[in-house]
Amino acid sequence: MNNKYLQEEIVRISGVNVSKCMRCGKCSATCPAYDEMEYHPHQFVNMVENGEIEPLLNSESLYKCLSCFACIDRCPRGVQPAKVVEAVRLTAIRKQGNNHLKADDIPAIIDDETPQQLLVSAFRKYTK
Amino acid sequence: MKVTYFPGCTLKNKAKDLDLYAYKSAEALGVTLEEIEDWQCCGGVFTTANDEVATKLSSVRALKYAVDKNQPLVTVCSACHNVIKQTNHAVQTNSQFADKVNRYMADGSYNGEAEVYHYLEMLRDLVGFDKLKESVVNSLKGKKIAAYYGCLLLRPNSVMRMDDPENPTIMEDFIKALGADAVVYAKRNECCGGYISAESPETAKKNSQAIINNAKAQGAEMIITACPLCKYNLVNNGADIPVVYFTELLAEALGVKEDTNE
Repeated sequence: MNNKYLQEEIVRISGVNVSKCMRCGKCSATCPAYDEMEYHPHQFVNMVENGEIEPLLNSESLYKCLSCFACIDRCPRGVQPAKVVEAVRLTAIRKQGNNHLKADDIPAIIDDETPQQLLVSAFRKYTK
Repeated sequence: MKVTYFPGCTLKNKAKDLDLYAYKSAEALGVTLEEIEDWQCCGGVFTTANDEVATKLSSVRALKYAVDKNQPLVTVCSACHNVIKQTNHAVQTNSQFADKVNRYMADGSYNGEAEVYHYLEMLRDLVGFDKLKESVVNSLKGKKIAAYYGCLLLRPNSVMRMDDPENPTIMEDFIKALGADAVVYAKRNECCGGYISAESPETAKKNSQAIINNAKAQGAEMIITACPLCKYNLVNNGADIPVVYFTELLAEALGVKEDTNE
C-alpha cells in the first residue's frame, strides 16, 4: 500500500527528509512514550518513506507523542521524527469530524488544580 | 532596566505565584517587567508543521510589540518561552512563513528582530548570577534543591540555545547563587508527560514518578520548575517533597516573599 499523494503531503508539511534516516533507533530508544505506542518514532519515519501512511493515520500512536523534542535533539542524522508524527496527526485531525479531543471531554479531565496550559496544549495537539 | 514581559494564560490563573514572584524579584534586582497590553495566549505548544500560520500569530504580535518598545522580550513559563522562541526562529529562517504571518499584521512588518529571553536567561545574561548572589538576603544555605528542566526549556537546542541540552547548568547555577546546594540527577531534562494528562494520565504518572524518585535518590529535598504543567504533573502524581516555582525560591532568597502574601 503506497500512497504517493499523502506521502508528499507529509513530507511537505513536516519539512523532514525521511530518507536521511539510518535506522539506528535512537529516537525510539529515547522516546518517553515508547511503551504506549503501536508505531514508534523510527517506524513513523520508515513508513512515511515507504508511503505507508494509512496505518499511521488510523493509529492511536498519533496521540501518544508528548512533543518533548527528545527524538529531534538526539537524532544523529537530524531527521526530526517528531515533525513527521505532527504532520501525520494534523493530516488526521484536519479531516471534518476527526477531532481527537472535544469540549465535552473536558469536565472528566479537570480537577481544581488543572492548569490552563494543560487544556490549551491538549486542544492544540488533538483538535482543529 | 526595562523589559517587555509576556506572562501567559496560566500565570494569571493557576500559576499566579510564578507571575507574582517574578515581578517582585525582578523589582528587587532593578528590572522592571512591562507587561504587554492585550497579550494573547501562546497556545501552549508550538506546532512544527510548516503550513500552520494562524496558531503562531499571537507570538508574532508579542515579538513585534517588544521590537516596537525597543526592549528584550522576557517570558517565565517554559511553554510560552518555547513557543515564542520557536516562532521567532521560524520567521527568521523561513521566508515563506514570514511572508504569510506578515499578511496578518495590522501595522508594520515583523522580520525576526526581537531578542527573546527566558527569565532564567535574563538573570544569567542581563542581570548576572554574581549580582544575584550579592542581592540575596535570606541565604538558602544547606538546602538540597533539584532543578527540573523538563523538555521545553532546552529543546530543540538548535532554536532554544539556552544551555547544553544534555548537561545543563543554568538552573543549578541559579540554585547556587541563592546559597543552596544543587542536586544533579539524570532525569532532570526528561519529559513529565505534559499534556498527555488529558489523554493518558498513566503515562504522565509513570514519567513523573520516575523523575521524582530519581531526584529524591540523589538527595533532593525540593524540586524547582519554571513550568506550570510540570508542577501539576509532579504534584498530582505523588511528589512527597515540595515542588515550587523557581521564582518563589528567588523571592524567598531576595527577601520579598513576605510582602506578597495575600
